[in-house]
Amino acid sequence: MNAAEAPFEFVTASYLTRIGNQSAGNIAELLTGLEHCSDASIFHHTFQTLGVHHFLTEGFSNDFAQWTLSSTNRNDLAEHLAALDIRDYTSIAALRSDLCRVVRDFCAAQPQLATQSGLERFHFCESVEVTMPLGRSARNLDEFREALEHLSHAGFYYHFISSRLRLQLQTNDFSVWLSGSLGLRTLADSINHIDVYTNTLDSARAKLLRLIDRTRRKA
Amino acid sequence: MTKTLAANRIPLENYSEVVGAGEIEELRALAKPLRGRSVEMINSTAVGGGVAEILNHLVPLAEELELGIRWDVMKGDEEFFDVTKSFHNALHGEPYLAKPKDFEIFLRYNEQNRATLPLDAEFVVVHDLQPAALVDARKPGPNHWVWRCHIDLSRPNRAVWEFLEQFVSRYDGAMFSSPEFSRQLPIPQYLFYPAIDPLSEKNCPLDSEFIAQVLLRYQIDPQRPILTQISRFDRLKDPVGVIRAYRIAKRYFDCQLVLAGGSASDDPEGVLVLKEVRRAADQDPDIKILELPAWAPLEVNALQRASTIVVQKSLREGFGLTVSEALWKKKPVVASAVGGIPTQIIHKHTGLLAHSVEGIAYQIRFLLSHPEIAAKLGANGHEHVKENFLITQKLKRYLALFLLLDRA
Repeated sequence: MNAAEAPFEFVTASYLTRIGNQSAGNIAELLTGLEHCSDASIFHHTFQTLGVHHFLTEGFSNDFAQWTLSSTNRNDLAEHLAALDIRDYTSIAALRSDLCRVVRDFCAAQPQLATQSGLERFHFCESVEVTMPLGRSARNLDEFREALEHLSHAGFYYHFISSRLRLQLQTNDFSVWLSGSLGLRTLADSINHIDVYTNTLDSARAKLLRLIDRTRRKA
Repeated sequence: MTKTLAANRIPLENYSEVVGAGEIEELRALAKPLRGRSVEMINSTAVGGGVAEILNHLVPLAEELELGIRWDVMKGDEEFFDVTKSFHNALHGEPYLAKPKDFEIFLRYNEQNRATLPLDAEFVVVHDLQPAALVDARKPGPNHWVWRCHIDLSRPNRAVWEFLEQFVSRYDGAMFSSPEFSRQLPIPQYLFYPAIDPLSEKNCPLDSEFIAQVLLRYQIDPQRPILTQISRFDRLKDPVGVIRAYRIAKRYFDCQLVLAGGSASDDPEGVLVLKEVRRAADQDPDIKILELPAWAPLEVNALQRASTIVVQKSLREGFGLTVSEALWKKKPVVASAVGGIPTQIIHKHTGLLAHSVEGIAYQIRFLLSHPEIAAKLGANGHEHVKENFLITQKLKRYLALFLLLDRA
């Protein structure tokens, strides 16, 4: 079995949500907020939701879509926002640009609806990540699998989802290490293609373990 | 450790059955650099109220992680607490005419407490408005002071908030239960949810025999749908509105309504509200109005577990932890979209929100017609609570905050 020179170091992460001073009471204000909020805020309201609401796999995509649906009752706009496939993006700037485009189009087409007050305000927030080494590492696929199986949701979220912000939305910590350190490119690619939107964290982890097992059987 | 805290000690390891061993390992990893570091929690009451209940469970867990944590309660008498109650209500948006004497009383008691409380920990967490001015005692050096606000500051009385803000702005950070509750402040603000303890008497698993006994004691029929609202008899909880919603639903379903809350005997307004509720119930045998004795957590637990649907039709709400209690028990919840409730109820995913008596009634009817959807909402709700509103998550947020402050 291949052994990596640089081991995979598992960390745990805890996330604090920092409440920003920006909020939106209607769709037009949502657009202003989207245009001016921090990158971390865009990431928080699109990807972070996968960690916080990781058990939901139906009809829930990002905080902007959910607020549009539940607070302004604009199903059409909510669907358009939810339909943006966040895995397609390779930068927060591009994601922000498309979110703004969708909301801007709505505001142009329905200016009266865009300024109607929602039931609750949308508050722009961002996540503050605090990481800590777990003191657990892996040098080969067996050790990696063993550690992965027992990783907490937060640790799994950190390596598999939150890492995408650091890695320019292209890949994740697991795939980087499996490809770069163990040379398992096919496995790394398959893992990177696990749909984080239609899986819960638990089911994504289960798929990941199955992919690893398949690779081990072939080896 | 006080006797109360010792009695509440539940070994951290016991929580691994609920949240998984990985979560406990994570707590230990986060706590490692904080071992032996001093933390002082300060609030204004040792018993009663949500803050004391949370600290009773949180402090022993932090001790087990070897934090040098202590919990101090500030002292005050009737004069002080009358003023802080007025301030509390005013911050919630109720009318209040600011009187200079009230501010003097507030400051005098804070000054007295500054002289007697240690206030020398590396991390000082001050809960709510009563001890907010203790920050005047902050000494120069490597210490971190944070203010935990448990109330809704979205529509505060201006005079009271401006008075309080001068102290709040001197903390290193403030924590709120919902973004809606926060203010524009020059210091960082964080989202800190209240939490329930899944192993406490109010939330632990119960055997079906005990639940059946409780239903029998209160003459509730287990064979017919049970709608329940657990809350004190307070107009802001709108128990009369719940009865109106029940009556609408009753036209279509042969259901029962349980309104259970603490005894109203020591609360003059509660006595009045209870009378109104009894009048509205109009001796309907299917409406059970239960004045539970103080600290009847097992009965509350049993009633929630026996319910078909749990209702929380508040007009105003702080966070409304009874919602999390019900969700933890996998119950479908129909609730008003006020205060911290929308944080717990993601509409159509972890429960159903409504904005009127008719809306509440409609959602009740919908869930009684679609038990499979009700079950799915309850299951999602349980996971939502597990991930966000358990005492272990709360402890984790505190550890993260202390680490963050330490690294800043």
